[in-house]
Amino acid sequence: MSNNTFQGTNDYVATEELTMAVNAALTLERPLLIKGEPGTGKTQLAIEVAKSLDAPLIEWHIKSTTKAHQGLYEYDAVSRLRDSQFGDDRVHDIGNYIVKGKVWEAFTTDKRAILLIDEIDKADIEFPNDLLQELDRMEFFVYETQELVKAKHRPLIIITSNNEKELPDAFLRRCFFHYIRFPELETMEKIVDVHFPSLKKDLLAEALGLFFEVRDVAGLKKKPSTSELLDWIKLLLAEDLTAKTLRESNDNILPKMHGALLKNEQDVHLFERLAFINRRQRNDQ
Amino acid sequence: MFISFFLDLRKAGIPVSITELLSLLSALKAQLADFNIQAFYYLSRTALVKDERHYDRFDQVFAATFNGLENDMSLDEIFASIPDEWLKKQAEKLLTEEEKKKIQSLGGWEELMETLKKRLEEQKEEHHGGNKWIGTAGTSPFGAYGYNPEGVRIGQHESRHRRATKVWDKREFKNLDDNVELNTRNIKVALRKLRKFARQGTEEELDLDGTIRSTASNAGYLDIKMVPERHNAIKVLLLLDIGGSMDDHIRICEELFSATKTEFKHIEHYYFHNFTYEYLWKDNSRRYDEATPTMDIINRYPSDYKIIFVGDASMSPYEITYPGGSVEHWNEEAGSVWMQRLLTAFPNAVWLNPDKEKNWDKRPSNQITRQLLSNRMYPLTIGGLGSAIQILLRKPVAAPNIEFTH
Repeated sequence: MSNNTFQGTNDYVATEELTMAVNAALTLERPLLIKGEPGTGKTQLAIEVAKSLDAPLIEWHIKSTTKAHQGLYEYDAVSRLRDSQFGDDRVHDIGNYIVKGKVWEAFTTDKRAILLIDEIDKADIEFPNDLLQELDRMEFFVYETQELVKAKHRPLIIITSNNEKELPDAFLRRCFFHYIRFPELETMEKIVDVHFPSLKKDLLAEALGLFFEVRDVAGLKKKPSTSELLDWIKLLLAEDLTAKTLRESNDNILPKMHGALLKNEQDVHLFERLAFINRRQRNDQ
Repeated sequence: MFISFFLDLRKAGIPVSITELLSLLSALKAQLADFNIQAFYYLSRTALVKDERHYDRFDQVFAATFNGLENDMSLDEIFASIPDEWLKKQAEKLLTEEEKKKIQSLGGWEELMETLKKRLEEQKEEHHGGNKWIGTAGTSPFGAYGYNPEGVRIGQHESRHRRATKVWDKREFKNLDDNVELNTRNIKVALRKLRKFARQGTEEELDLDGTIRSTASNAGYLDIKMVPERHNAIKVLLLLDIGGSMDDHIRICEELFSATKTEFKHIEHYYFHNFTYEYLWKDNSRRYDEATPTMDIINRYPSDYKIIFVGDASMSPYEITYPGGSVEHWNEEAGSVWMQRLLTAFPNAVWLNPDKEKNWDKRPSNQITRQLLSNRMYPLTIGGLGSAIQILLRKPVAAPNIEFTH
C-alpha cells in the first residue's frame, strides 16, 4: 500500500487535503486538476509525486498555440509531401510521418507514469474539450494508420491551471479538483525548514515576519509567493546575514536583498515611498 | 444520507453531477476516508467541487448536513469563526455605555452570537435590504451598512488564522457570483457581436487551400503558404458599480458578468462605488486592503482596451463634480477628473445602466455622467447592449473636456 499512496516527500510539504486529493486521483485513476496562486508549488507537486512513487514523469507544457492533438500525435504531411517529390522510399509507410505526442508517450510506458499537463488555461478555450475522451477512456484512435492506442497502465494525470480561463463543465466532471491555498505561517515554517534545515530559528522567524508583512502591503502588483521566499532565504544565507542585521535593516522598510521578493520597479517604488513617509513621520515625532 | 447531501449541494447551486457522486462513492468504497470526518470532508470536496468559488457554499451545506456527527459547535468556536479584530474593533470603538445596555436587550453577546450562527446557516444567498438576513443596507443586527446599534459587520475582513478543525464552518462572503446560470442566451449572443475575429500576429497555420492552389500553378512543385491563426482580439475592462443603490440590480449585473467572463480572452474587471475615484478594487470583500490605484490601471493596460462601465449613475451630483464629494472617503480630486482621465486613456468606452431609461432625466447625476461620456450611455437590456457594442466597435470619439466650476 505504501508504494501506492502519496504522503509528501522530504523536499515537499503536502497538506492533508492535498495528499487526500492526490490519493483519491491515484486510487480511482482519474485526472487531478490543481489550481492556486502562482508559486504555491503546483508544478512541483507532479515532480514530487513522480519522485515519491518512483514513476516516470512526462511533462507537457501548454502554450497559447498548443492544440490538443499535438499531445496525441502529429501527422507530418508536409515532410511526406516533400519526400514524395524526391522519390524517397519512406513515403509508402504513413507510419513514418506520425510523430508521437506526450499523451501517447505516457500511455506506452512500462509502468504507471505521471503525466503533467502544465497550465492548461493558457491554451484555447476548446482545448480541454478536445481531450475529454482521451482522459476518460485513456485511449485514442490514429486515423492515418487505423490504430487504436490504449494506455498500458493508466497514467496519473496532473493538470495545473492559473485560472486565466474557465474550464468546461464536461471536463471538470472527469477530474478531481484541489485548490492550493496560500500557506499559513505554520505550514510556511515547515516548508522553509524542509529547504533550509540548518536555518537558525530567529533568522527564520524574522524573515517570515518580514515576508508576511511585505505580502500584506496593499497595492503590490505581484505579491511574493513561496518560491520567492525560498529564493530570498537562499540569498540571505549566502550573504551570511543574522537575524539582528535583518531586524536593523527593517528600519529602511525595504528588506535586505529585496530583489528576490519584489519583481517589478513599481513595487520597489511603492516601498521607497512608504519608507520615505515612515522616516518623515519618525522625524516629526 | 449521501443522496440528500448531494441534492442539498445542487439546491445550493453547486453544479454536481451523478458522475461525481458515483466517483465519491467509489472513493469511499476504496476506503480513502477511513471513517474520519476531516478526511471525508477533504475527499468529498475534491470529488464534488470543481471551482474554488464554490468552496464557500460547499462548506455551508457540509456543515448543515453533517453537523450532528460531531459535537455541536461550542461558543468558543463560534467566536473563532468571527474575525477577532472585528470583535475588538467593535467593542472599543462603537459601543457607548448606552449601546452596551441595548445589547443586553437582545440577550447579551452570547445570545447575539448564537443568533448569528443560526442566521449564517439559514441564509443561502447573498442578501441585500430587508431586516432579517445578513447582507448589506438592512436593519438586521448582522451585515454591513446596517442601522441596528448591535450591528455585526461581516464580510469586510477575513480571519488569517484558520484552524485545522472545522474548516467548513469558517465561511466567508463572496463577490458578485459570475456563475449565474443565464436564463436566456441573449446576453451571450449580444456580446458575441463584440468578438471581432482578426488575423493578427505571426504566420502560424498552413493554408491548405492556398498551398494546393500555388503548388498546382507551380507545375506540381511544392509551394507552401502560411496564414496567421485566428484569435479573438477584443480586450475589455469591465468596471462595475457595487453597493448602495446598485443593490436592486445585482441579479442582472451578475448575469452580465457571468456572460462576459466566458466570451472574451482578455477581460479584466474592477469594482467602484457610485463613481470612479483614485482607487478601484478587484475583490469586493477586500476592498479596503487591496485596492488598485486608478492611475496604475491607466498605465497597466494598453489603450486598445475597451471600457464598459456598469452602474446606475444615481447619486448626488457633488459626488461627481466636487473634490471630497465621495460618500466613502475624502477624494482629493473630483470623480469627473478621474472619469476624464480614464476616458482619455481608453477612448473606447460605454456606460451600461441597469436603471430604466425613463428615469434617467430625473437624476442630475445621470445627466452629468452622460455629458462626460458624450452620451454613450445605454440601458442594460439586450437592445441597449447591442447598440453599446456597435459604438464600441466604431472608431472612438474624443472625450469632451468639461470643467466643473465650484
